[in-house]
Amino acid sequence: MARKSHVQTTINGEAVEFLCEPRQSLLEVLRDELYLTGAKEGCNNGNCGACSVIFDGRLVNSCLVLGVETDGKSVETIEGLADPDKLHPIQDAFLENAALQCGICTPGFIMSAKALLDQNPNPTEHEVRYWLAGNLCRCTGYDKIVRAVLDAAAAT
Amino acid sequence: MQAFEYIAAKTVSEAVALLDEKGDQARILAGGTDLIVQAREGKRTLDWMIDIKSIPEVNVLDYDAETGLTLGASVPCHQIYAVDAICEAYPGLVDATKIIGGTAIQGRAAVGGNLCNASPAADCIPPLIVLNATCVIAGPNGEREIPVEDFCTAPGQTVLGKSEILVSIKIPTPLQNSSSYYLRFIPRNEMDIAVVGAGAAVVLDEAKQRIVSARIALAAVAPTPLFAEEASELLAGKEISDATIDEAAQAAQAIARPISDMRGTAEQRTHLVGVLTRRALNGAIQRVRDAA
Amino acid sequence: MSEKKEYKVIGTRPIRHDGVDKVTGRAIYGADFQITGLLHGRVLRSPHAHARIVSIDTSRAEAHPGVKGVVTAQDLPTAEDKMADLGEGAVNLKYLCDNILASDKALYKGHAIAAVAATDPHIAEEACELIDVEYELLPPVLEVRAAMEPDAPIIHENIRTSSLGETGDKPSNVASHLQHKKGDIEKGFEEADVVIEREFVTGTVHQGYIEPHNATALYNPDGQLTVWCSTQGAFTVREQLAEILQYPISKIKVVPLEIGGGFGGKINVYIKPVAALLARKTGKPVKVLMNRADVFEGTGPTPASYITVKMGATKDGKITAAQTSMAFEAGAYPGSPVGAGAMCIFAPYNTENVLIDGYDVVVNKPKTAPYRAPGATNAAFGSETVIDELAEELNIDPLEMRLMNGAKEGDHRADGPVFPRIGFIETLEAAKEHPHYTSPNGKKYHGRGIASGFWFNIGLESSVTINVNPDGTVNLVEGSTDIGGTRASIAMQAAEVLGIPAESVNPTVVDTNSIGYTAVTGGSRTTYATGYAAYEAAQDVVKQMIGRAAKLWDVDEANVQFTDGEFSSINGKEEQISFRDLSARLGETGGPVVGRATMNPAGAGGAFATHVVDVAVDEETGKVEILRYTATQDAGKAIHPSYVEGQIQGGVVQGIGWALNEEYIYNDEGEMTNASFLDYRMPTCLDLPMIDAVIVEVPNPGHPYGVRGVGEVPIVPPPAAIANAIYDAVGIRMTELPMSPDRLLKAMGKI
Ligand SMILES: Cc1cc2nc3c(=O)[nH]c(=O)nc-3n(C[C@H](O)[C@H](O)[C@H](O)COP(=O)(O)OP(=O)(O)OC[C@H]3O[C@@H](n4cnc5c(N)ncnc54)[C@H](O)[C@@H]3O)c2cc1C
Ligand code: FES
Ligand code: FES
Repeated sequence: MARKSHVQTTINGEAVEFLCEPRQSLLEVLRDELYLTGAKEGCNNGNCGACSVIFDGRLVNSCLVLGVETDGKSVETIEGLADPDKLHPIQDAFLENAALQCGICTPGFIMSAKALLDQNPNPTEHEVRYWLAGNLCRCTGYDKIVRAVLDAAAAT
Repeated sequence: MQAFEYIAAKTVSEAVALLDEKGDQARILAGGTDLIVQAREGKRTLDWMIDIKSIPEVNVLDYDAETGLTLGASVPCHQIYAVDAICEAYPGLVDATKIIGGTAIQGRAAVGGNLCNASPAADCIPPLIVLNATCVIAGPNGEREIPVEDFCTAPGQTVLGKSEILVSIKIPTPLQNSSSYYLRFIPRNEMDIAVVGAGAAVVLDEAKQRIVSARIALAAVAPTPLFAEEASELLAGKEISDATIDEAAQAAQAIARPISDMRGTAEQRTHLVGVLTRRALNGAIQRVRDAA
Repeated sequence: MSEKKEYKVIGTRPIRHDGVDKVTGRAIYGADFQITGLLHGRVLRSPHAHARIVSIDTSRAEAHPGVKGVVTAQDLPTAEDKMADLGEGAVNLKYLCDNILASDKALYKGHAIAAVAATDPHIAEEACELIDVEYELLPPVLEVRAAMEPDAPIIHENIRTSSLGETGDKPSNVASHLQHKKGDIEKGFEEADVVIEREFVTGTVHQGYIEPHNATALYNPDGQLTVWCSTQGAFTVREQLAEILQYPISKIKVVPLEIGGGFGGKINVYIKPVAALLARKTGKPVKVLMNRADVFEGTGPTPASYITVKMGATKDGKITAAQTSMAFEAGAYPGSPVGAGAMCIFAPYNTENVLIDGYDVVVNKPKTAPYRAPGATNAAFGSETVIDELAEELNIDPLEMRLMNGAKEGDHRADGPVFPRIGFIETLEAAKEHPHYTSPNGKKYHGRGIASGFWFNIGLESSVTINVNPDGTVNLVEGSTDIGGTRASIAMQAAEVLGIPAESVNPTVVDTNSIGYTAVTGGSRTTYATGYAAYEAAQDVVKQMIGRAAKLWDVDEANVQFTDGEFSSINGKEEQISFRDLSARLGETGGPVVGRATMNPAGAGGAFATHVVDVAVDEETGKVEILRYTATQDAGKAIHPSYVEGQIQGGVVQGIGWALNEEYIYNDEGEMTNASFLDYRMPTCLDLPMIDAVIVEVPNPGHPYGVRGVGEVPIVPPPAAIANAIYDAVGIRMTELPMSPDRLLKAMGKI
């Protein structure tokens, strides 16, 4: 077993330290070491987007980032999105549009949508579909998810 | 996943020295979208990951209308298509960077990583070939440069020596009346690996009716991405017509040596080489014609 | 159509009760569960599709630092060959145990062989590789027709075909043969002016839920076993654990956590008994998770099938005879859904002469599991394509052809049941009038197809209790795990009865110690049956509250009325009190009010759907693009229309995936070569248009609000509808699923 590294990073705006082995992905660190279980594992190889987080301002699959790579960087997860008394507009739009069924894909979709709207506040339906193509949902057929993201864009 | 050590190299020479010291079980980590998956699935054994993303030279993204593009080996796809001048100069490469994985994969995946992974189906390699790109390689004995079409030697294998790294990729400034195009065939519209990929670059005459020169390259039809030399040469000096394009497409088909696997059958691939070569050539020509 | 009733809550679209937890990442799904002292388990799986297990040596794994325990089939109680009634059917216990950990033979690649618990998941994985298994390779049988050949390698020496009450005399891969007969099939074909007979092949497909299977188990020294997991049914997990572990039900508690999709695939247990064995061996809580390849290779997909369909019709479009032979791959152990396919295949049409034969056949693939209307999609691909061809041959519009023959109340299915009020004709009419169907369709390489589908839906047991809070809200306790918004659709039915807003009902899904028996969330039963139980439990609350009001006013209970959330006294005394105000006075009138209901309703109404799809075919590449999709469906009554639409849209898209690209691709050794989401190719949002879900409401007489199950039938029509659209576009009849680009290219003669 490789020695554990000491990592200092910022998660949802707060300084966080942890120990991890190099082989532990950011997803494993979030879930198993920091108990931030909002990011989900659907495939562990970049194919489903359930683990999507924003890493140094950019959307990534946290299963394909090593925990040690986050040293000195910043990570945003679903847990950091809402204010204590108010949901983020994308979260509201998902609820209003019934854009989730089982909900396992939802944190990934919301983080992915946030990354999209941060850089393109008025996407077309096609742009939304292109951007979200790395996030799989097996329950909804995507219709209501796409509508929720378009609604969230219109609302902000 | 297997246990390994991680180190972030700060300079090219440090990375080279580390590779030299750690031996052949050390691997370079760029975006990790191939390496981490392969290590996790046990498809590649390694004991060190040497992260190059803190090395300045591999992060360069520099376009100059005089000297062309210098693309650091670890620059992720999303940074490339964010630069308008690059989109204008090298649309074929940009086509590829926009279809690798999904948005989140493009947040990490580097063109350099795509090249070094040397998959026969790698989407960036055909456009790099048709754009006359060269690889800048650093090793214990200094730097060397080789054309991209000579870089891959077999599936997953490259010309890189044991202690060598890819530092950057250089692409010359595009000529007047030229453009490029890359497309692939996949059963879905995203998140899929090319069944066949085809890239084309063309230089047209002033009137945009005649092909001055062309380059065609293919993915997923041989152990490495292929430069379709004959098909390319036969277009030089020809008037643009469906017949000439068909002829080039047939010449491209003639060099395809595809296999059947879970992503497609050999017959399907050979057939698609024809279709995609035509579409890539027509796409590149259209881009030249559409440019003001 | 019966007159529309006015409802206050039903038919509205409130925010689901578990919504905030699920959009903030706080909801705890199976894999999110944490407990101190947790060990991590991983399963070693067979690399071979068919092999005798000669020996298993776990000593190197046990010696690996960090490993706390290793289990194999030796750790399972020896299973007698007895039948146990579990979940959706009776299953042979030896098979059940062997599918958890193989004892003598590995029957598919991915078959579980042994498992390790360690301090860390990576260590457990490393240790799996240190288990030495010696296999003696056997030839695999990978396809249903090959498995039925007389000289096929035999997978189970003890299987004798049971056919219509008789048992065969030699080993066979055909576990059973069933038959349904109606009328005189020969006569039916004689009466026909046109007869069409075709063969169809469908591939193995997976439910594709995004959350892998998971289980955390803990044994207490007193013998109490607790299992936290995601499942479609906590009680069926409890039963299966009791059977497999030969352990008393009373000592098992199953705690269902949030579940990330199931579609039928999370009814059977796989790693839950393994977690329990490891927990017993180590004395610690053990969490076992599957990875994606484990899910594809080690859990039940839905069967590949070979189906022949022969149908005849008169010149004016009357279907006179319908015949099919359906052979379904059961996977490694008997029990494919061929029976359900046989119930559905010709159900939408009132045909006098029907003959249906079904075969359940074992092959060296994972034991199949239910998948959304199991069996019906395979079947409809055949029947709905043949009807299209008949219509074409007779020059009748395919929708009119269906209208002419469509089943109505009083018609009876070939397998026996007589239809109560059903809404098939209404779904056809809704499709016919829809702007999609009336829009022009004529572009080159574009085509339009339609197809219909049926699913019978089920009832089964459900329990609900409702506790009244002093502020006029209620806490509703239920046992149906919520996979797609059923907390809301159940709570809304209680709210309607109680005359309170949906938000005033707090639904909670609880463990098996905390509620009466409740069957799985499956069979499109939850909103129907658990919703029905919520309705009855709310009625029980009303009844008790009437007693309290009567007591308060000192009147006879018969003189208290409850309407629109208000209790009032009739006949004399003018008294009135709201549900809310009365709730505050329960203490003084006799103590808390708890309403309860348990039931096993028999009146699940069958569901019908009709789909219209437009496609564009790239004739150079064989790729099919879905341009427009409209799905009409009889929901009986849509409790929460958004989630009904969601079920329809989700089912349609799974059907599109099945139609176009999804399949298990095997090499000759029986290894699945595409066991990842990348290569299994489920649709992404970029592959689809919006899906127009049109809800038709023909109330089910078997439910107080008219609810029919909606979850399953939407997956049934898509493959046939798309095949019919492809025919319309390029004139080629596709008879094999998936209709992937290479197959279409080949069919078009391009390669
Ligand atoms: C879900 C998913 C979808 C994908 N889709 C596509 C797709 O559509 N098309 C496609 O072509 N690929 C695809 N890929 C593969 C992968 O994303 C690309 O090949 C990517 O460009 C690799 O870049 P990277 O920076 O992540 O490389 P890494 O994984 O970091 O490295 C790849 C390999 O190259 C070596 N390497 C990297 N940089 C250097 C260097 N400078 N010098 C020497 N060796 C080096 C590494 O050691 C490793 O062996 C996909 C991958 C995933 C997970
Ligand atoms: S778990 Fe990371 S992409 Fe699926
Ligand atoms: S809501 Fe279940 S996977 Fe998206």
